[in-house]
Amino acid sequence: MVGLEHYLGLAAALFVIGIFGLFLNRKNIIVLLMSIELILLAVNINLVAFSAYLGDLTGQVFTLFVLTVAAAEAAIGLAILVSFFRTRGSIAVEDVNVMKG
Amino acid sequence: MTAFDLQAILPELLLAVFAMFALLAAVYTGKDKATPLVTWATAGVMLALALFIGLGEAVNGRAFGGLLFEDAYGRFAQVGILVAAAAVLLAGQDTLVRRGLGRFEYPLLIALATVGMMIMVSAGDLMTLYMGLELQSLALYVVAAMRRDGVKSTEAGMKYFILGALSSGLLLYGASLTYGYAGTTGFDGILAAASGGEMGLGLLFGLTFVVAGLAFKVSAVPFHMWTPDVYEGAPTPVTAFFATAPKLAAMALFGRVLFDAFGQAVGDWSQIIALMAVLSMFLGAVAAIGQRDIKRLMAYSSISHMGFALIGLAAGSQYGVQAMLVYMAIYLTMNVGTFAFIMSMERDGKPVTEIAALHQYAKGEPVKALAMLVLLFSLAGVPPMVGFFGKLYVLGAAVQADMTLLAVAGVVASVIGAFYYLRIVYYMYFGEAEERVETPMSPAAWVMLMGAAAAMLLGVINLFGVEGAAAQAAAALVN
Repeated sequence: MVGLEHYLGLAAALFVIGIFGLFLNRKNIIVLLMSIELILLAVNINLVAFSAYLGDLTGQVFTLFVLTVAAAEAAIGLAILVSFFRTRGSIAVEDVNVMKG
Repeated sequence: MTAFDLQAILPELLLAVFAMFALLAAVYTGKDKATPLVTWATAGVMLALALFIGLGEAVNGRAFGGLLFEDAYGRFAQVGILVAAAAVLLAGQDTLVRRGLGRFEYPLLIALATVGMMIMVSAGDLMTLYMGLELQSLALYVVAAMRRDGVKSTEAGMKYFILGALSSGLLLYGASLTYGYAGTTGFDGILAAASGGEMGLGLLFGLTFVVAGLAFKVSAVPFHMWTPDVYEGAPTPVTAFFATAPKLAAMALFGRVLFDAFGQAVGDWSQIIALMAVLSMFLGAVAAIGQRDIKRLMAYSSISHMGFALIGLAAGSQYGVQAMLVYMAIYLTMNVGTFAFIMSMERDGKPVTEIAALHQYAKGEPVKALAMLVLLFSLAGVPPMVGFFGKLYVLGAAVQADMTLLAVAGVVASVIGAFYYLRIVYYMYFGEAEERVETPMSPAAWVMLMGAAAAMLLGVINLFGVEGAAAQAAAALVN
Protein backbone atom coordinates (compact mmCIF):
# COMPACT_ATOMS: atom_id res chain seq x y z
CA MET A 1 0.00 0.00 0.00
CA VAL A 2 1.41 3.33 -1.03
CA GLY A 3 0.69 5.92 1.63
CA LEU A 4 1.12 9.66 2.01
CA GLU A 5 4.63 9.31 3.39
CA HIS A 6 5.84 7.59 0.23
CA TYR A 7 4.63 10.46 -1.91
CA LEU A 8 6.17 12.97 0.46
CA GLY A 9 9.42 11.04 0.40
CA LEU A 10 9.44 10.98 -3.39
CA ALA A 11 8.69 14.71 -3.55
CA ALA A 12 11.42 15.49 -1.02
CA ALA A 13 13.91 13.39 -2.99
CA LEU A 14 13.04 15.13 -6.26
CA PHE A 15 13.24 18.51 -4.55
CA VAL A 16 16.70 17.78 -3.18
CA ILE A 17 17.86 16.44 -6.57
CA GLY A 18 16.62 19.67 -8.12
CA ILE A 19 18.46 21.85 -5.59
CA PHE A 20 21.67 19.86 -6.04
CA GLY A 21 21.26 20.04 -9.78
CA LEU A 22 21.27 23.82 -9.48
CA PHE A 23 24.35 24.05 -7.31
CA LEU A 24 26.55 21.16 -8.40
CA ASN A 25 25.94 21.43 -12.11
CA ARG A 26 28.98 22.94 -13.83
CA LYS A 27 28.06 22.27 -17.42
CA ASN A 28 25.04 23.67 -19.06
CA ILE A 29 22.38 26.26 -18.30
CA ILE A 30 19.69 24.03 -19.83
CA VAL A 31 20.36 21.62 -16.98
CA LEU A 32 19.66 24.47 -14.56
CA LEU A 33 16.28 25.04 -16.20
CA MET A 34 15.54 21.34 -15.93
CA SER A 35 16.47 21.41 -12.24
CA ILE A 36 14.08 24.30 -11.65
CA GLU A 37 11.35 22.34 -13.38
CA LEU A 38 12.15 19.35 -11.17
CA ILE A 39 11.75 21.49 -8.04
CA LEU A 40 8.36 22.75 -9.17
CA LEU A 41 7.19 19.25 -10.08
CA ALA A 42 8.27 17.95 -6.69
CA VAL A 43 6.06 20.63 -5.17
CA ASN A 44 3.20 19.48 -7.39
CA ILE A 45 3.52 15.90 -6.20
CA ASN A 46 3.45 17.19 -2.65
CA LEU A 47 0.34 19.25 -3.29
CA VAL A 48 -1.57 16.49 -5.05
CA ALA A 49 -0.61 13.93 -2.41
CA PHE A 50 -1.79 16.22 0.37
CA SER A 51 -4.92 17.03 -1.59
CA ALA A 52 -5.82 13.35 -1.94
CA TYR A 53 -4.93 12.63 1.67
CA LEU A 54 -6.97 15.52 3.05
CA GLY A 55 -9.84 14.99 0.65
CA ASP A 56 -9.62 18.68 -0.18
CA LEU A 57 -9.54 20.06 -3.71
CA THR A 58 -7.51 23.19 -2.95
CA GLY A 59 -4.22 21.39 -3.43
CA GLN A 60 -5.12 20.31 -6.95
CA VAL A 61 -6.24 23.82 -7.86
CA PHE A 62 -2.91 25.07 -6.55
CA THR A 63 -1.14 22.47 -8.70
CA LEU A 64 -2.84 23.77 -11.82
CA PHE A 65 -1.67 27.28 -11.01
CA VAL A 66 1.85 26.05 -10.40
CA LEU A 67 1.88 24.16 -13.70
CA THR A 68 0.73 27.24 -15.59
CA VAL A 69 3.26 29.50 -13.96
CA ALA A 70 6.01 26.91 -14.50
CA ALA A 71 5.25 26.96 -18.22
CA ALA A 72 5.45 30.75 -18.34
CA GLU A 73 8.62 30.65 -16.30
CA ALA A 74 10.25 28.15 -18.65
CA ALA A 75 9.32 30.32 -21.62
CA ILE A 76 10.93 33.37 -20.08
CA GLY A 77 13.96 31.39 -18.97
CA LEU A 78 14.52 30.08 -22.48
CA ALA A 79 14.03 33.55 -23.96
CA ILE A 80 16.69 34.98 -21.66
CA LEU A 81 18.88 32.00 -22.46
CA VAL A 82 18.59 32.70 -26.19
CA SER A 83 19.61 36.34 -25.81
CA PHE A 84 22.42 35.24 -23.49
CA PHE A 85 23.65 32.80 -26.11
CA ARG A 86 23.53 35.48 -28.80
CA THR A 87 25.79 37.83 -26.88
CA ARG A 88 28.15 35.18 -25.52
CA GLY A 89 28.08 32.34 -28.03
CA SER A 90 27.96 29.78 -25.25
CA ILE A 91 25.57 28.46 -22.62
CA ALA A 92 28.13 26.88 -20.34
CA VAL A 93 27.59 27.69 -16.69
CA GLU A 94 31.26 28.64 -16.26
CA ASP A 95 30.81 31.38 -18.85
CA VAL A 96 28.29 33.24 -16.68
CA ASN A 97 31.15 35.14 -15.11
CA VAL A 98 31.45 38.70 -16.37
CA MET A 99 30.36 39.97 -12.97
CA LYS A 100 31.85 38.43 -9.86
CA GLY A 101 29.58 38.39 -6.82
CA MET B 1 -18.43 37.62 -7.19
CA THR B 2 -19.95 40.26 -4.98
CA ALA B 3 -19.68 44.01 -5.25
CA PHE B 4 -17.22 43.99 -2.38
CA ASP B 5 -14.91 41.55 -4.15
CA LEU B 6 -14.90 43.77 -7.18
CA GLN B 7 -14.26 46.84 -5.09
CA ALA B 8 -11.32 45.16 -3.37
CA ILE B 9 -9.59 44.18 -6.61
CA LEU B 10 -10.61 47.21 -8.66
CA PRO B 11 -7.21 49.02 -8.62
CA GLU B 12 -5.33 45.88 -9.68
CA LEU B 13 -7.93 45.17 -12.33
CA LEU B 14 -7.76 48.69 -13.74
CA LEU B 15 -3.98 48.65 -13.94
CA ALA B 16 -3.91 45.22 -15.58
CA VAL B 17 -6.54 46.19 -18.13
CA PHE B 18 -4.71 49.43 -18.81
CA ALA B 19 -1.44 47.55 -19.37
CA MET B 20 -3.04 45.15 -21.83
CA PHE B 21 -4.84 47.85 -23.79
CA ALA B 22 -1.77 50.07 -23.88
CA LEU B 23 0.28 47.13 -25.13
CA LEU B 24 -2.12 46.56 -28.00
CA ALA B 25 -2.42 50.24 -28.76
CA ALA B 26 1.34 50.73 -28.83
CA VAL B 27 1.88 47.71 -31.05
CA TYR B 28 -0.66 48.94 -33.58
CA THR B 29 0.45 52.57 -33.59
CA GLY B 30 3.91 53.88 -33.08
CA LYS B 31 5.74 50.98 -31.40
CA ASP B 32 8.86 52.48 -29.80
CA LYS B 33 7.93 55.98 -30.93
CA ALA B 34 5.02 55.79 -28.50
CA THR B 35 7.34 55.08 -25.56
CA PRO B 36 7.28 58.55 -23.94
CA LEU B 37 3.51 58.69 -24.18
CA VAL B 38 3.09 55.17 -22.79
CA THR B 39 5.50 55.94 -19.96
CA TRP B 40 3.69 59.10 -18.94
CA ALA B 41 0.31 57.41 -19.25
CA THR B 42 1.44 54.46 -17.13
CA ALA B 43 2.86 56.74 -14.47
CA GLY B 44 -0.31 58.82 -14.58
CA VAL B 45 -2.53 55.77 -14.11
CA MET B 46 -0.34 54.57 -11.25
CA LEU B 47 -0.49 57.92 -9.47
CA ALA B 48 -4.23 58.15 -10.01
CA LEU B 49 -4.67 54.69 -8.52
CA ALA B 50 -2.43 55.63 -5.60
CA LEU B 51 -4.68 58.62 -4.93
CA PHE B 52 -7.76 56.45 -5.35
CA ILE B 53 -6.49 53.87 -2.87
CA GLY B 54 -5.05 56.39 -0.44
CA LEU B 55 -7.91 58.87 -0.34
CA GLY B 56 -10.80 56.63 -1.32
CA GLU B 57 -13.33 55.22 1.07
CA ALA B 58 -11.65 52.64 3.29
CA VAL B 59 -13.38 49.30 3.41
CA ASN B 60 -11.95 46.38 5.29
CA GLY B 61 -12.65 42.72 4.99
CA ARG B 62 -11.95 39.48 3.17
CA ALA B 63 -12.60 39.39 -0.55
CA PHE B 64 -13.03 36.31 -2.77
CA GLY B 65 -13.65 34.02 0.18
CA GLY B 66 -10.43 35.00 1.93
CA LEU B 67 -8.14 34.97 -1.13
CA LEU B 68 -7.53 38.69 -0.76
CA PHE B 69 -7.35 40.73 2.43
CA GLU B 70 -8.51 44.29 2.05
CA ASP B 71 -7.08 46.30 4.94
CA ALA B 72 -5.06 49.38 5.84
CA TYR B 73 -1.81 47.40 5.74
CA GLY B 74 -2.31 46.34 2.14
CA ARG B 75 -3.42 49.82 1.15
CA PHE B 76 -0.35 51.43 2.72
CA ALA B 77 1.96 49.10 0.82
CA GLN B 78 0.00 49.50 -2.42
CA VAL B 79 0.20 53.28 -2.31
CA GLY B 80 3.93 53.09 -1.62
CA ILE B 81 4.48 50.64 -4.48
CA LEU B 82 2.45 52.68 -6.97
CA VAL B 83 4.11 55.98 -6.11
CA ALA B 84 7.61 54.49 -6.17
CA ALA B 85 7.00 52.71 -9.47
CA ALA B 86 5.61 55.87 -11.08
CA ALA B 87 8.49 57.98 -9.76
CA VAL B 88 11.11 55.57 -11.08
CA LEU B 89 9.38 55.34 -14.46
CA LEU B 90 9.33 59.11 -14.86
CA ALA B 91 12.88 59.58 -13.64
CA GLY B 92 14.24 56.87 -15.91
CA GLN B 93 12.31 57.67 -19.07
CA ASP B 94 14.80 60.15 -20.52
CA THR B 95 17.85 58.04 -19.64
CA LEU B 96 16.39 54.93 -21.25
CA VAL B 97 15.71 56.76 -24.50
CA ARG B 98 19.20 58.25 -24.56
CA ARG B 99 20.74 54.82 -24.00
CA GLY B 100 18.75 53.37 -26.87
CA LEU B 101 16.45 51.39 -24.60
CA GLY B 102 13.28 53.39 -25.09
CA ARG B 103 11.07 50.38 -25.65
CA PHE B 104 7.37 50.72 -25.07
CA GLU B 105 7.23 47.31 -23.38
CA TYR B 106 9.26 48.59 -20.46
CA PRO B 107 6.62 50.77 -18.77
CA LEU B 108 4.01 48.10 -19.42
CA LEU B 109 6.13 45.34 -17.91
CA ILE B 110 6.64 47.60 -14.92
CA ALA B 111 2.87 48.11 -14.75
CA LEU B 112 2.30 44.34 -14.79
CA ALA B 113 4.98 43.83 -12.14
CA THR B 114 3.16 46.47 -10.11
CA VAL B 115 -0.10 44.56 -10.45
CA GLY B 116 1.72 41.50 -9.13
CA MET B 117 3.10 43.45 -6.20
CA MET B 118 -0.30 44.91 -5.36
CA ILE B 119 -1.82 41.42 -5.29
CA MET B 120 1.09 40.12 -3.26
CA VAL B 121 0.75 42.60 -0.44
CA SER B 122 -2.98 42.03 -0.07
CA ALA B 123 -2.77 38.23 -0.42
CA GLY B 124 -4.79 36.27 2.08
CA ASP B 125 -3.98 32.85 0.73
CA LEU B 126 -0.85 30.98 -0.32
CA MET B 127 -2.20 30.74 -3.86
CA THR B 128 -2.77 34.48 -4.25
CA LEU B 129 0.62 35.07 -2.70
CA TYR B 130 2.29 32.80 -5.23
CA MET B 131 0.46 34.18 -8.25
CA GLY B 132 1.21 37.78 -7.27
CA LEU B 133 4.82 37.00 -6.55
CA GLU B 134 5.30 35.24 -9.88
CA LEU B 135 3.60 37.97 -11.88
CA GLN B 136 6.04 40.38 -10.31
CA SER B 137 9.09 38.16 -10.73
CA LEU B 138 8.43 37.13 -14.33
CA ALA B 139 8.09 40.75 -15.40
CA LEU B 140 11.26 41.67 -13.52
CA TYR B 141 13.35 38.86 -15.06
CA VAL B 142 12.50 40.27 -18.47
CA VAL B 143 13.32 43.89 -17.68
CA ALA B 144 16.63 42.85 -16.07
CA ALA B 145 17.68 41.37 -19.41
CA MET B 146 16.21 44.28 -21.36
CA ARG B 147 19.48 45.23 -23.09
CA ARG B 148 19.38 42.13 -25.24
CA ASP B 149 22.70 42.84 -26.93
CA GLY B 150 24.50 43.63 -23.68
CA VAL B 151 26.76 41.02 -22.12
CA LYS B 152 26.14 42.26 -18.59
CA SER B 153 22.40 42.75 -18.92
CA THR B 154 21.69 39.27 -20.28
CA GLU B 155 23.93 37.77 -17.64
CA ALA B 156 22.09 39.73 -14.96
CA GLY B 157 18.77 38.50 -16.35
CA MET B 158 20.05 34.93 -16.38
CA LYS B 159 21.30 35.05 -12.80
CA TYR B 160 18.19 36.77 -11.59
CA PHE B 161 16.01 34.22 -13.33
CA ILE B 162 17.82 31.14 -12.00
CA LEU B 163 18.02 32.36 -8.41
CA GLY B 164 14.55 33.87 -8.49
CA ALA B 165 13.10 30.60 -9.75
CA LEU B 166 15.00 28.74 -7.04
CA SER B 167 13.55 31.04 -4.40
CA SER B 168 10.05 30.55 -5.80
CA GLY B 169 10.67 26.82 -5.62
CA LEU B 170 11.70 27.04 -1.96
CA LEU B 171 8.68 29.19 -1.20
CA LEU B 172 6.36 26.80 -2.99
CA TYR B 173 7.77 23.77 -1.24
CA GLY B 174 7.14 25.54 2.04
CA ALA B 175 3.65 26.44 0.86
CA SER B 176 2.90 22.81 -0.03
CA LEU B 177 4.05 21.62 3.40
CA THR B 178 2.05 24.36 5.08
CA TYR B 179 -0.99 23.33 3.09
CA GLY B 180 -0.55 19.69 4.01
CA TYR B 181 -0.08 20.23 7.71
CA ALA B 182 -2.55 23.07 8.16
CA GLY B 183 -5.12 21.51 5.86
CA THR B 184 -5.77 24.79 4.08
CA THR B 185 -3.99 27.45 2.07
CA GLY B 186 -5.90 30.36 3.60
CA PHE B 187 -3.99 32.52 6.05
CA ASP B 188 -6.88 32.46 8.53
CA GLY B 189 -6.88 28.67 8.54
CA ILE B 190 -3.10 28.50 8.89
CA LEU B 191 -3.29 30.95 11.77
CA ALA B 192 -5.82 28.74 13.50
CA ALA B 193 -3.74 25.60 12.85
CA ALA B 194 -0.54 27.22 14.10
CA SER B 195 -2.06 28.54 17.33
CA GLY B 196 -2.28 26.79 20.65
CA GLY B 197 1.31 26.72 21.82
CA GLU B 198 3.37 24.08 19.98
CA MET B 199 3.44 24.31 16.22
CA GLY B 200 3.79 20.95 14.51
CA LEU B 201 7.07 19.97 12.88
CA GLY B 202 5.52 19.93 9.40
CA LEU B 203 4.24 23.48 9.77
CA LEU B 204 7.59 24.57 11.14
CA PHE B 205 9.32 23.17 8.05
CA GLY B 206 6.77 24.92 5.89
CA LEU B 207 7.37 28.20 7.70
CA THR B 208 11.15 27.84 7.32
CA PHE B 209 10.97 27.23 3.57
CA VAL B 210 8.52 30.09 3.07
CA VAL B 211 10.77 32.43 5.06
CA ALA B 212 13.79 31.32 3.00
CA GLY B 213 11.93 31.99 -0.24
CA LEU B 214 10.82 35.41 0.90
CA ALA B 215 14.30 36.25 2.20
CA PHE B 216 15.53 35.74 -1.36
CA LYS B 217 13.07 38.32 -2.59
CA VAL B 218 14.06 40.94 -0.01
CA SER B 219 17.72 39.96 -0.58
CA ALA B 220 18.47 39.27 3.07
CA VAL B 221 21.70 37.45 3.94
CA PRO B 222 22.28 34.48 3.42
CA PHE B 223 20.07 34.69 0.33
CA HIS B 224 21.55 37.87 -1.11
CA MET B 225 24.09 36.59 -3.66
CA TRP B 226 22.08 37.63 -6.69
CA THR B 227 21.66 41.27 -5.65
CA PRO B 228 25.05 42.85 -6.53
CA ASP B 229 25.29 41.13 -9.92
CA VAL B 230 21.73 41.95 -10.93
CA TYR B 231 22.05 45.54 -9.78
CA GLU B 232 25.29 45.97 -11.69
CA GLY B 233 24.21 44.21 -14.84
CA ALA B 234 20.72 45.57 -15.35
CA PRO B 235 20.32 48.95 -17.09
CA THR B 236 20.45 51.66 -14.40
CA PRO B 237 16.79 52.79 -14.62
CA VAL B 238 15.81 49.13 -14.20
CA THR B 239 18.15 48.82 -11.23
CA ALA B 240 16.45 51.87 -9.76
CA PHE B 241 13.16 50.03 -10.01
CA PHE B 242 14.59 46.86 -8.43
CA ALA B 243 15.85 48.88 -5.50
CA THR B 244 12.51 50.48 -4.72
CA ALA B 245 9.00 49.10 -5.26
CA PRO B 246 9.77 45.33 -5.25
CA LYS B 247 11.67 45.74 -1.99
CA LEU B 248 8.68 47.35 -0.30
CA ALA B 249 6.37 44.71 -1.78
CA ALA B 250 8.54 41.82 -0.62
CA MET B 251 8.96 43.31 2.82
CA ALA B 252 5.23 43.95 3.16
CA LEU B 253 4.52 40.40 1.99
CA PHE B 254 7.00 39.14 4.58
CA GLY B 255 5.05 40.94 7.28
CA ARG B 256 1.76 39.69 5.87
CA VAL B 257 2.85 36.03 5.97
CA LEU B 258 4.54 36.24 9.35
CA PHE B 259 1.69 38.00 11.12
CA ASP B 260 -1.44 36.96 9.25
CA ALA B 261 -0.51 33.30 8.78
CA PHE B 262 2.03 32.60 11.52
CA GLY B 263 1.12 35.34 13.98
CA GLN B 264 0.55 32.83 16.77
CA ALA B 265 4.07 31.51 16.50
CA VAL B 266 6.09 34.70 16.91
CA GLY B 267 8.61 32.88 19.07
CA ASP B 268 9.31 30.43 16.24
CA TRP B 269 10.27 32.97 13.60
CA SER B 270 11.43 35.99 15.55
CA GLN B 271 14.89 34.53 16.14
CA ILE B 272 15.37 33.55 12.48
CA ILE B 273 14.41 37.02 11.32
CA ALA B 274 16.64 38.65 13.92
CA LEU B 275 19.62 36.55 12.78
CA MET B 276 18.99 37.43 9.14
CA ALA B 277 18.69 41.09 10.09
CA VAL B 278 22.06 41.12 11.87
CA LEU B 279 23.82 39.23 9.05
CA SER B 280 22.30 41.51 6.38
CA MET B 281 23.24 44.70 8.18
CA PHE B 282 26.84 43.64 8.71
CA LEU B 283 27.44 42.01 5.36
CA GLY B 284 25.87 44.96 3.56
CA ALA B 285 27.98 47.41 5.51
CA VAL B 286 31.30 45.57 5.28
CA ALA B 287 31.11 44.29 1.70
CA ALA B 288 30.18 47.71 0.34
CA ILE B 289 33.46 49.24 1.52
CA GLY B 290 35.55 47.67 -1.22
CA GLN B 291 33.19 48.41 -4.10
CA ARG B 292 34.26 50.60 -7.02
CA ASP B 293 30.97 50.50 -8.90
CA ILE B 294 28.25 52.69 -7.48
CA LYS B 295 25.46 50.31 -8.55
CA ARG B 296 27.17 47.44 -6.73
CA LEU B 297 27.58 49.72 -3.75
CA MET B 298 23.89 50.53 -3.81
CA ALA B 299 23.17 46.78 -3.93
CA TYR B 300 25.09 46.20 -0.72
CA SER B 301 23.52 49.33 0.70
CA SER B 302 20.07 47.90 0.00
CA ILE B 303 21.02 44.58 1.61
CA SER B 304 22.05 46.50 4.70
CA HIS B 305 18.85 48.57 4.67
CA MET B 306 16.76 45.42 4.35
CA GLY B 307 18.53 44.19 7.48
CA PHE B 308 17.34 47.28 9.33
CA ALA B 309 13.79 46.86 8.08
CA LEU B 310 13.88 43.21 9.19
CA ILE B 311 14.68 44.37 12.73
CA GLY B 312 11.20 45.87 12.77
CA LEU B 313 9.68 42.50 11.82
CA ALA B 314 11.89 40.59 14.23
CA ALA B 315 10.49 42.65 17.08
CA GLY B 316 7.22 40.84 16.40
CA SER B 317 5.08 43.67 17.71
CA GLN B 318 2.69 46.19 16.28
CA TYR B 319 5.23 48.93 16.92
CA GLY B 320 7.81 46.86 15.06
CA VAL B 321 5.63 46.57 11.97
CA GLN B 322 4.95 50.28 12.10
CA ALA B 323 8.69 50.95 12.30
CA MET B 324 9.31 48.63 9.35
CA LEU B 325 6.73 50.44 7.22
CA VAL B 326 8.09 53.88 8.09
CA TYR B 327 11.61 52.66 7.40
CA MET B 328 10.62 51.28 4.01
CA ALA B 329 8.84 54.51 3.06
CA ILE B 330 11.95 56.51 3.90
CA TYR B 331 14.17 53.99 2.13
CA LEU B 332 12.09 54.26 -1.04
CA THR B 333 12.30 58.05 -1.08
CA MET B 334 16.05 58.04 -0.58
CA ASN B 335 16.61 55.45 -3.28
CA VAL B 336 14.42 57.17 -5.86
CA GLY B 337 16.48 60.34 -5.39
CA THR B 338 19.84 58.62 -5.35
CA PHE B 339 19.09 56.56 -8.44
CA ALA B 340 17.73 59.57 -10.30
CA PHE B 341 21.28 60.87 -9.91
CA ILE B 342 23.11 57.61 -10.67
CA MET B 343 21.09 57.13 -13.87
CA SER B 344 22.24 60.43 -15.21
CA MET B 345 25.98 59.82 -14.69
CA GLU B 346 27.75 59.72 -18.04
CA ARG B 347 30.87 60.80 -19.88
CA ASP B 348 30.82 61.53 -23.61
CA GLY B 349 27.32 60.06 -23.80
CA LYS B 350 28.39 56.73 -22.25
CA PRO B 351 27.02 55.67 -18.87
CA VAL B 352 29.57 55.76 -16.06
CA THR B 353 29.13 53.90 -12.80
CA GLU B 354 32.57 54.09 -11.18
CA ILE B 355 32.55 55.91 -7.89
CA ALA B 356 35.91 57.43 -8.82
CA ALA B 357 34.19 59.40 -11.60
CA LEU B 358 32.60 61.58 -8.92
CA HIS B 359 35.91 63.22 -7.93
CA GLN B 360 35.48 66.97 -7.59
CA TYR B 361 31.91 66.73 -8.76
CA ALA B 362 30.75 69.51 -6.44
CA LYS B 363 32.93 72.08 -8.25
CA GLY B 364 30.90 71.78 -11.43
CA GLU B 365 27.42 71.07 -10.10
CA PRO B 366 27.10 72.47 -6.58
CA VAL B 367 23.30 72.11 -6.36
CA LYS B 368 23.09 68.48 -7.42
CA ALA B 369 26.11 67.66 -5.29
CA LEU B 370 24.38 69.21 -2.29
CA ALA B 371 21.23 67.17 -2.95
CA MET B 372 23.35 64.02 -3.17
CA LEU B 373 25.12 65.00 0.04
CA VAL B 374 21.78 65.20 1.82
CA LEU B 375 20.63 61.86 0.38
CA LEU B 376 23.88 60.08 1.21
CA PHE B 377 23.89 61.47 4.74
CA SER B 378 20.32 60.28 5.06
CA LEU B 379 21.21 56.80 3.74
CA ALA B 380 24.02 56.68 6.27
CA GLY B 381 21.64 57.71 9.03
CA VAL B 382 23.27 60.97 10.03
CA PRO B 383 20.99 63.24 12.06
CA PRO B 384 19.10 65.45 11.40
CA MET B 385 18.20 63.80 8.06
CA VAL B 386 15.09 61.65 7.95
CA GLY B 387 17.12 58.47 7.41
CA PHE B 388 18.33 58.81 10.99
CA PHE B 389 14.77 58.78 12.32
CA GLY B 390 13.98 55.66 10.30
CA LYS B 391 16.88 53.86 11.96
CA LEU B 392 15.89 55.25 15.35
CA TYR B 393 12.39 53.91 14.81
CA VAL B 394 13.40 50.29 14.10
CA LEU B 395 16.04 50.30 16.83
CA GLY B 396 13.42 51.63 19.24
CA ALA B 397 11.13 48.77 18.25
CA ALA B 398 13.91 46.27 18.96
CA VAL B 399 14.59 47.79 22.39
CA GLN B 400 10.90 47.77 23.18
CA ALA B 401 10.73 44.07 22.34
CA ASP B 402 13.63 43.36 24.74
CA MET B 403 16.07 42.72 21.91
CA THR B 404 18.71 45.14 23.09
CA LEU B 405 21.56 43.16 21.53
CA LEU B 406 19.87 43.41 18.15
CA ALA B 407 19.61 47.17 18.56
CA VAL B 408 23.27 47.43 19.55
CA ALA B 409 24.24 45.41 16.49
CA GLY B 410 22.15 47.79 14.39
CA VAL B 411 24.00 50.82 15.75
CA VAL B 412 27.40 49.25 15.10
CA ALA B 413 26.46 48.22 11.57
CA SER B 414 25.12 51.68 10.89
CA VAL B 415 28.43 53.23 11.97
CA ILE B 416 30.41 50.87 9.71
CA GLY B 417 28.01 51.56 6.86
CA ALA B 418 28.34 55.32 7.23
CA PHE B 419 31.94 55.05 6.01
CA TYR B 420 31.20 54.24 2.39
CA TYR B 421 28.46 56.79 2.00
CA LEU B 422 30.67 59.48 3.46
CA ARG B 423 33.49 58.39 1.17
CA ILE B 424 31.35 59.32 -1.83
CA VAL B 425 30.68 62.70 -0.27
CA TYR B 426 34.40 63.09 0.31
CA TYR B 427 35.12 62.33 -3.35
CA MET B 428 32.53 64.81 -4.51
CA TYR B 429 33.86 67.66 -2.43
CA PHE B 430 37.53 66.98 -1.78
CA GLY B 431 38.51 64.45 -4.44
CA GLU B 432 41.59 64.72 -6.60
CA ALA B 433 41.24 66.68 -9.78
CA GLU B 434 40.19 64.39 -12.58
CA GLU B 435 37.99 64.43 -15.61
CA ARG B 436 34.56 65.13 -14.16
CA VAL B 437 31.45 63.15 -14.80
CA GLU B 438 28.53 64.82 -16.54
CA THR B 439 25.01 64.45 -15.26
CA PRO B 440 22.50 65.74 -17.77
CA MET B 441 19.05 65.25 -16.25
CA SER B 442 15.55 65.44 -17.58
CA PRO B 443 13.30 67.80 -15.61
CA ALA B 444 11.50 64.75 -14.14
CA ALA B 445 14.72 63.21 -12.85
CA TRP B 446 15.85 66.58 -11.50
CA VAL B 447 12.57 66.94 -9.64
CA MET B 448 12.95 63.43 -8.16
CA LEU B 449 16.49 64.13 -6.98
CA MET B 450 15.67 67.52 -5.48
CA GLY B 451 12.32 66.39 -4.13
CA ALA B 452 13.84 63.38 -2.38
CA ALA B 453 16.61 65.53 -0.93
CA ALA B 454 14.13 68.15 0.25
CA ALA B 455 11.96 65.43 1.77
CA MET B 456 14.96 64.18 3.72
CA LEU B 457 15.28 67.62 5.32
CA LEU B 458 11.65 68.74 5.63
CA GLY B 459 10.37 65.33 6.67
CA VAL B 460 11.99 65.85 10.06
CA ILE B 461 8.97 67.93 11.07
CA ASN B 462 6.29 65.24 10.83
CA LEU B 463 7.47 62.66 8.25
CA PHE B 464 4.66 63.95 5.98
CA GLY B 465 2.08 62.01 7.96
CA VAL B 466 3.56 58.65 6.98
CA GLU B 467 3.87 57.78 10.64
CA GLY B 468 0.12 57.94 11.28
CA ALA B 469 -0.71 55.91 8.17
CA ALA B 470 1.91 53.32 9.11
CA ALA B 471 0.49 53.10 12.63
CA GLN B 472 -2.96 52.43 11.21
CA ALA B 473 -1.55 49.85 8.79
CA ALA B 474 0.36 48.07 11.54
CA ALA B 475 -2.73 48.03 13.74
CA ALA B 476 -4.68 46.41 10.91
CA LEU B 477 -2.04 43.70 10.48
CA VAL B 478 -1.35 42.89 14.13
CA ASN B 479 -4.66 42.58 15.86
